[in-house]
Amino acid sequence: MAEVLMPRLSDTMEEGTVARWLKQPGDQVARGETIAEIDTDKATMDLEAFEEGVLEQVLVPEGGTVPIGAPVAVIGTGSGAPASARPSAASGAASPAPTDQGAAPVAASAAPAAQVAPPAAAGRPGPAGFPSDGAGARVPRPAATRPDGALRSSPLARRAARRHGVDLSALRGSGPGGRVVRADVERAVAAALPGPPAGAQQPRASGGAGALGDVEEVPLSQIRRVTAERLAKSLEAPHFYLTSVVDAERLLALRAEAVRAVEGGDGVRVTVTDLLVKACAKLLRSHPEVNSAWAGDKILRHHRVNIGIAVAVPEGLVVPVVKDADEKPLLEMSAEAHALAARAREGKLSLDDMSGGTFTLSNLGMFGIDHFTAVLNPPQAAILAVGAAKPEPVVRDGEIVVTTTMRLTLSIDHRALDGATAARFLSELRSMLEDPLRIVL
Amino acid sequence: MAELTYRQALHDSLRAEMLADESVFLIGEEIGLFEGSYKITAGLLAEFGPRRVRDTPISEEGFVGAAIGAAMLGLRPVVEIMTINFSLLAIDQIVNHAAKARAMFGGQVSVPLVIRTPGGGGQQLGASHSQNIEVWYAHSPGLKVVTPATPADAKGLLAAAIHDDDPVMFVENLGLYNTKGEVPEGPYKTEIGRAAVIKEGTDITVVAYSRAVLTALEVARRLEEEDGISAEVVDLRSLRPLDRETVCASVRKTTRAVVAEDDWLSYGVGAEVVATVQEGAFDYLDAPVRRVAAAEVPLPYSKPLETAAMPSAADLGRAIRRALDESAYRR
Repeated sequence: MAEVLMPRLSDTMEEGTVARWLKQPGDQVARGETIAEIDTDKATMDLEAFEEGVLEQVLVPEGGTVPIGAPVAVIGTGSGAPASARPSAASGAASPAPTDQGAAPVAASAAPAAQVAPPAAAGRPGPAGFPSDGAGARVPRPAATRPDGALRSSPLARRAARRHGVDLSALRGSGPGGRVVRADVERAVAAALPGPPAGAQQPRASGGAGALGDVEEVPLSQIRRVTAERLAKSLEAPHFYLTSVVDAERLLALRAEAVRAVEGGDGVRVTVTDLLVKACAKLLRSHPEVNSAWAGDKILRHHRVNIGIAVAVPEGLVVPVVKDADEKPLLEMSAEAHALAARAREGKLSLDDMSGGTFTLSNLGMFGIDHFTAVLNPPQAAILAVGAAKPEPVVRDGEIVVTTTMRLTLSIDHRALDGATAARFLSELRSMLEDPLRIVL
Repeated sequence: MAELTYRQALHDSLRAEMLADESVFLIGEEIGLFEGSYKITAGLLAEFGPRRVRDTPISEEGFVGAAIGAAMLGLRPVVEIMTINFSLLAIDQIVNHAAKARAMFGGQVSVPLVIRTPGGGGQQLGASHSQNIEVWYAHSPGLKVVTPATPADAKGLLAAAIHDDDPVMFVENLGLYNTKGEVPEGPYKTEIGRAAVIKEGTDITVVAYSRAVLTALEVARRLEEEDGISAEVVDLRSLRPLDRETVCASVRKTTRAVVAEDDWLSYGVGAEVVATVQEGAFDYLDAPVRRVAAAEVPLPYSKPLETAAMPSAADLGRAIRRALDESAYRR
């Protein structure tokens, strides 16, 4: 007599529903013959018999749902008693009422595995008393437990579970006797990650230390670690966002002139970012509410205006800080900002270079991004996200004209700053950028 | 580089050491006039004369004891025991005297002795002439035990053994004498106690020594060609000292291991390897480490039975697939 178990028919399948029995109790079945159709989370699949014989019992009625590894039918010689079907824990509408004995298909299906002795090493005569690891069953089963109730798992699976914070007892083991192996942990981790839909098989990463099957582990660099910690901290802040479209034509013209003025010489080539930093710095002097920080039981108003500039480096994101940006003449400030950016790319920023910021600016315009919202840089109360300057039709004096626009989005910690205050700052920033001589005068 | 047989590599290495150092001499049964049962010493009597190539009576305990005395007095004897099976007649000299003299005499003497001896089955030599009992010696502190699998290691390890100031059991294998491989020219020594990763892989580690290394390589290559399974093969080369770190480093990389050994399963070399792996790579194991070893019977004379009792490539292939299956290996 052989039990037919609910097979794992897809990577993500945890339980299956018997859609239709193609064989009825008493029918002869051949090995490989389809005896039922199973609905999984993905599709309807055939359930094939692995044994030849007579379908003696159907343990799960059509529409019944059971976990992987639970018995669904019994195939035997035909001498078995088909009438005394064991109760099953099927949860389908038509399932029989659970009884005491039938409470756990889990225990019922796990028991045979423990009784199957493994073949001796490589099929040779083994020494008497060779320890059994209970291996033998090949079908994944939901109960990865030994008779004493302890969880079965490989050392590597336990280590992977510790590293990823996965609860092993929540996993289904695909190893012998329901042992949880590394692949099961990885599947659980992958399912919890955003990314390709579960079940979409990735090509196996071929080798390499640290490669864990379908998922590659990338050790955290110090920059990545700090970035993650800081950004996660920003989640504590109730954010709101304000966006303003700036006519950037004159700003770009001013910038072009400033570049032309130093052509051929070794003067600083002022960038749009520099002008934006300078404009923000000037305005922050007169908007101390924006140049502030939430400190739990108080708000800190900064007397200095130190502007952080987000710089992409190969390892991630760093934010060097231009100190006293409001007080420094534009060219001096630009030179300092460029030197900081160069040090950032060389990975030579000092702690001092990156600390003391009171406001942050992030410009993704060079990547052609029209508009984005930046995550706050705690504990600062605000951060400005700058999109690309590009030609757009706008209405000016009742006429549609094409001009160059740029979208600025301010992200704000509402605990430190309110809508109207932030709006006034952003509105004045727009005015200044549209009348850019005010930036340098 | 020249392609040589394992036999030729041993011969050349012996001759080179005899040419280089007058204190090196050979002693054993049938090694002179008969040029050795397996012809490793061919031509050496004629070249070096009877003082340096000594034929002895059938008296293992006697000539091993004589060699130990010569070694204690400063010579570098290389003993040939016709097969490792006959070394049992000299085991008291080897284990109780050669292995212990340095320690028991407070370091006043050393025993720079090499005992060359082939083991292995598969030649229909019967149960008492087909054993792999190198682990008997690997169990004894004071001895070094090397088991070259390739002609290059046969040459390099023999040179290292002759230069070593302590007794070395140099265990050859009857099934390897006619195998060929590239052998570097000129003198070199292969460090005793250092295993070699002879094929790199990422999915499973196959640990082997002596003849089983060739089986492991064959299986690893076939699995790679047929199924894209990437097996790493570690040749222990030295059973004592055992290079535990190379074994564990490989398992930490692949997360699975199988041991291929020609000796018997119980208390065999594989048992020591598995103990090493569970201690040094426990957190990296995704499946039990299994051993593919000889059937626990005196090796039968009948060819079909002898073949059936010896571990085969098919056995190893099954063990590898089982370890992969058990840890949900997917390509």
